[in-house]
Amino acid sequence: MSNTPRTTGPGGQNAPRGGPETGPTAETGPPAETGPAAETGPISIEGRETEGLSQGAIVRRKFFGHKGAMAGMFVLAAIAVFAYSAQGFGPIPGWWIHNHTSSGPIMNPAGAPTWSLADPFTFGQHPFGQDDIGRDNFARVMKGVQISLMVMVIIGIVALVLGTVIGAIAGYYRGRLDAFLMRVTDGFIILPTIVVGSILGKLVSGPNFSLFGLSSATYMAPALAVVLGAILWTSLARLVRGEFLALREREFVDSARVAGAGDFRIMAKHMLPNTMGVIIVNTTLLMSQAIVLEAALSFLGFGIRAPQVSLGQLINEYQSAFASRPWLFWWAGLFIILIALCVNFIGDGLRDAFDPRMKTVPSLRRMNRADRRAGRVPGRQMSGTGQQETGTTTAEAKRPGTDHEPGADGDGGDDGDDGKGASH
Amino acid sequence: MIRFLLRRTLSTALVLLVVTFVLYLLLDYTLDYFFDLRQSTAPNIGQLYEARAQLLDLDTPAVVRYFQWLAGASGCLVGMCDLGTAWYLGQDVTSQLPGAIVNTIKLVTAATVFAIVIGVFIGLVSAIRQYTGFDYFITFLSFLMYSLPVFWVAVLLKQYGAIEFNNFLADPTVGWGTIITVSLVSGLLWMGALGGSSRRRIPVFIGAAVVTFAVVWFILATGWLNSPSLGIVGVGLTGLAAAVVLTYLSTGLGNRRALWTSLTVAVVGIGLYMPLQNLFWYVEMSWLWMLLLLVVAIGIGLAVGLAFRGRDPWVSARTGALVAAVMSFFVFVDRVFQGWGEYSRHPAINGRPIATIGAETPNLAGDFWVTNLDSFTHLLLPSIALILISLASYTRYTRGSMLEVLGQDYIRTARAKGLPERTVVMRHALRNALLPLASVVPVDIITMIGGAVITETIFGWSGMGKLFIDSMNRNELDPIMAYIVITGLLAVVANLVADFLYAVLDPRIRVNA
Repeated sequence: MSNTPRTTGPGGQNAPRGGPETGPTAETGPPAETGPAAETGPISIEGRETEGLSQGAIVRRKFFGHKGAMAGMFVLAAIAVFAYSAQGFGPIPGWWIHNHTSSGPIMNPAGAPTWSLADPFTFGQHPFGQDDIGRDNFARVMKGVQISLMVMVIIGIVALVLGTVIGAIAGYYRGRLDAFLMRVTDGFIILPTIVVGSILGKLVSGPNFSLFGLSSATYMAPALAVVLGAILWTSLARLVRGEFLALREREFVDSARVAGAGDFRIMAKHMLPNTMGVIIVNTTLLMSQAIVLEAALSFLGFGIRAPQVSLGQLINEYQSAFASRPWLFWWAGLFIILIALCVNFIGDGLRDAFDPRMKTVPSLRRMNRADRRAGRVPGRQMSGTGQQETGTTTAEAKRPGTDHEPGADGDGGDDGDDGKGASH
Repeated sequence: MIRFLLRRTLSTALVLLVVTFVLYLLLDYTLDYFFDLRQSTAPNIGQLYEARAQLLDLDTPAVVRYFQWLAGASGCLVGMCDLGTAWYLGQDVTSQLPGAIVNTIKLVTAATVFAIVIGVFIGLVSAIRQYTGFDYFITFLSFLMYSLPVFWVAVLLKQYGAIEFNNFLADPTVGWGTIITVSLVSGLLWMGALGGSSRRRIPVFIGAAVVTFAVVWFILATGWLNSPSLGIVGVGLTGLAAAVVLTYLSTGLGNRRALWTSLTVAVVGIGLYMPLQNLFWYVEMSWLWMLLLLVVAIGIGLAVGLAFRGRDPWVSARTGALVAAVMSFFVFVDRVFQGWGEYSRHPAINGRPIATIGAETPNLAGDFWVTNLDSFTHLLLPSIALILISLASYTRYTRGSMLEVLGQDYIRTARAKGLPERTVVMRHALRNALLPLASVVPVDIITMIGGAVITETIFGWSGMGKLFIDSMNRNELDPIMAYIVITGLLAVVANLVADFLYAVLDPRIRVNA
């Protein structure tokens, strides 16, 4: 069954990767040959990409150079810190004056927000408004962000562990065990996640379900997260299995075996580090899927339920109030989108960073500017260093590359193009 | 190949069987068959519980009940379907299903087709303009759409796409600032998409902005929104434009025969406009008629193309057929629009044409055109929601696969031997870039039949997804199992089709079973 007529998608994470065993710069090649201007003094801007760095350092550098991912990281961290500090966590109290359950007198008519664009520096008592019984929407949204983030992280961890272990075992041992595990995976994939998610969500939040005699309110969110993680691991398992199938044929695995390493050691110490890229990237992308799935289930009523708060549950609770109290609806949705967007951008940055075929070729303008700084004559043609760049017909590649007047691009102006052109 | 497919089908069918077994037990444990009795204060509550247990045969172990259910369900193979009953409603599941399936297919088909066409197109342009402002804009937009929760979008669409828009229709006036902003944005977008040197960009920007401005102004000034129609002028203009654009994309304007073919087809279409209006007036139409007319139109397109002869007549014929199909579409749209006034004034509509819920307006009697218009106004919002959600993945997919193909050596060869960029992109690159889509699209289409759960629930569209959610809420086991079996079977079929298509399309794939 190993010959399914599919290739990997254009995301292409199956390219073999050089791990620690194959030398740090196996794919990227010796640094001196890459840049046309490498011989002139300090390493040129193209060459800097590959100067004798370890795999990890290259990945880290690419990731930190990815503007979208960095922005995503920053915003996500800010949201997390803000939400956890505002509402507190566990026994630690937060700095915000209200909590998500207590209701107070309604300040503005209908509980409209006390914070508006007309006067953005006065936050007032209820910056995101109040609901019909006077509960503070800011507190509720922040609590929802906390729960949703927690659910997202738990789903990520559960799916990561399950997917990696199952994929690794299937790919390493092959044979019957592989066939069995892959049929199990098929069984999970055969139905849409939202369907299985609703059934399991109903199970977890239903009255029949109890865990060690605890009241359902205490463990509803973590239980839901674990259950959802247990259905989202399948894609990761398939990818890890594919990687392991390819890796186990490589020489370094044979060498390890000859040297007397056991199966577990080979898998954990030799093969797993080589699949880290696939695992990290896909877990991140899975987490962005997870937060939307959790919200969708809570919206349908099969996820987190009323006394408990999550972003999807808030939207579900307030959807009928949209015409009269739109703010209750806007903020929760906005935070879902923000979190998912950040995670997606981080995932994209990680994918680019781990993809050895993705060589960052600086934009022509950036190279010229680097030349100018180094005191050379700016103006060189696009040279085909990176695979990604060679075949494309960007406006830059076709333009006769000399004497680049500022503003000739027309779109977005100088700054915009610069910042974005630097990395991808 | 056949052996491979058979083996695969058998193993997946087995998996599906196991899945139904596990889910049956799980559902039996999860569902609360007494949910409506829990709060009851009836004096004979004990009896009610007893009766419910009797009705659902709860004293029999769940495993035994599963095999009873399976026996009934496997009767479908020999034409004696027994999928059980939805106990709360007291309906047979087999009577619930057909309507739900038809409704879902109605909803999903158009949305999927539009999402694929638009997504592939945007992805293609974005890949050609890699690392430009336009590309970054599209990338950001598709990430945004990935992150959008469909239920949130749906509620917004209901508010702004229906309620506010219907209010707006009552008094369609827009400030000048908005019109100018819209025109400028459109100019920027076209400029980014068409690219080129600054000497080319500026006229494109100005042209697109002016055209957008003129169109918006025309629409507002003539009250077009309240009596929309294309008329013979609109159909003719769009037809001619389609002829030029399609010829450019499919053969290039250098191929004069193809250009003349498509222009001739457009002119023939304009000539047939009035006779068709008569036909629509005197003969009661149906979808069969529509299909027939479409086939005739495509036939005319092919015939014109072949009549121009030349070295490669089928290229012209293909272009002619495409133009004919586009023309027929616009003639259809025009005729549907002609019923707008009547539809909008109908007492059941009362001047609020865009619907938020359901699949059709009750008590609306009308001919083929009015009922279709009604079903389109109902389809509009759920379709937009579905398109928004699935558009992003197609865009990203096409972009990625297009970039991969564009980086290959044969593309460089094609450029090096002096082929025009259009030929390189449309013929050499795009066809191969679409190859991976062949394994994605069937799965998407077929899983969407079971998958539009949230959209259907919000828009009150009684399809498969809503059936599933409602049955979950009513704690009815049998409809859920029917849903699971159907969705699972469709998924099996979809994967088979995808594997088969891919193996047929890509000669590099060799299957050894």
